[in-house]
Amino acid sequence: MLAKEIAEILHAVPLTKWDESVWEREYSHVFATDLMSDALALIQDNEESTVLLTGLCNTQTLRTAEMLDVRFIVFVRGKFLLDDAIEMAKNMGLVCLATDYTMYDACGRLYEKGLTGIYGKHSA
Amino acid sequence: MESILHKEYTVVQDDYVNAGKVSSDIKSTLAEIGISPKVIRKIAVASYESEINLIIHAWGGKVFMDVNDDGSVALVFKDPGPGIPDLEKALTPGWSTASEKARGMGFGAGMGLPNIQRVSDEFNIESSPAGTTLSLLFRSPV
Ligand SMILES: Nc1ncnc2c1ncn2[C@@H]1O[C@H](COP(=O)(O)OP(=O)(O)OP(=O)(O)O)[C@@H](O)[C@H]1O
Ligand SMILES: [Mg+2]
Repeated sequence: MLAKEIAEILHAVPLTKWDESVWEREYSHVFATDLMSDALALIQDNEESTVLLTGLCNTQTLRTAEMLDVRFIVFVRGKFLLDDAIEMAKNMGLVCLATDYTMYDACGRLYEKGLTGIYGKHSA
Repeated sequence: MESILHKEYTVVQDDYVNAGKVSSDIKSTLAEIGISPKVIRKIAVASYESEINLIIHAWGGKVFMDVNDDGSVALVFKDPGPGIPDLEKALTPGWSTASEKARGMGFGAGMGLPNIQRVSDEFNIESSPAGTTLSLLFRSPV
């Protein structure tokens, strides 16, 4: 799924202006957490096509993404980054969006449209 | 095995503003000298978890990085205390004594040390009330 489609599904707004090309990037996996150590432990592959969904709005989220080579973060529950953090995200080349949906609703909407968790298709 | 590049850093207790800077520098340094992205990612994750532990659990500490002539990378995290009373517990996934403040920053899942152990090729930790030393080695194909 394209970044711009994800933004539409979540009615998400970009936290700053990004180069147009970022909206054409493809994503297939989502990892949702407020615990950065969980992200650091569990996102082991496909980092370039993984979206990090989180309610944790501080520079540690950005650092975590940097270490993992994750490039796309969506902040849930209408949270925003402070200006310093936005500047830092820009320097790191991270794309950051904010949505008013809660974690549960944001996950549900993306899941419904076919994005999978980090282990791929849910089989139940 | 001989070190061909050595770097040292200081990490300050409770310094959340700068948390991650050391690991970020280590990551870009290794990228510059051409270590493979897969290995760098493991090192970056282990380094960041260890750096955060110095900030949230220890009274700050020092980080030493060596790139060896065989392409391996050694990291040492050394702090002056208070030490880890029960290492076995500390290495158990989910076990954490993180403060409210640390939890508010997204830490305290009790996943750091187990994850560091998982991604490193050699893992050694020694701890006493006089401090903790964590030594890691990452092999990398040259
Ligand atoms: N350098 C250190 N000095 C003192 N205690 C430490 C140190 N590093 C780890 N610990 C202790 O070991 C426990 C487990 O550490 P670990 O990194 O696995 O989890 P955490 O830091 O609590 O949470 P997470 O890493 O998931 O954010 C810590 O809660 C703390 O009690
Ligand atoms: Mg930790």
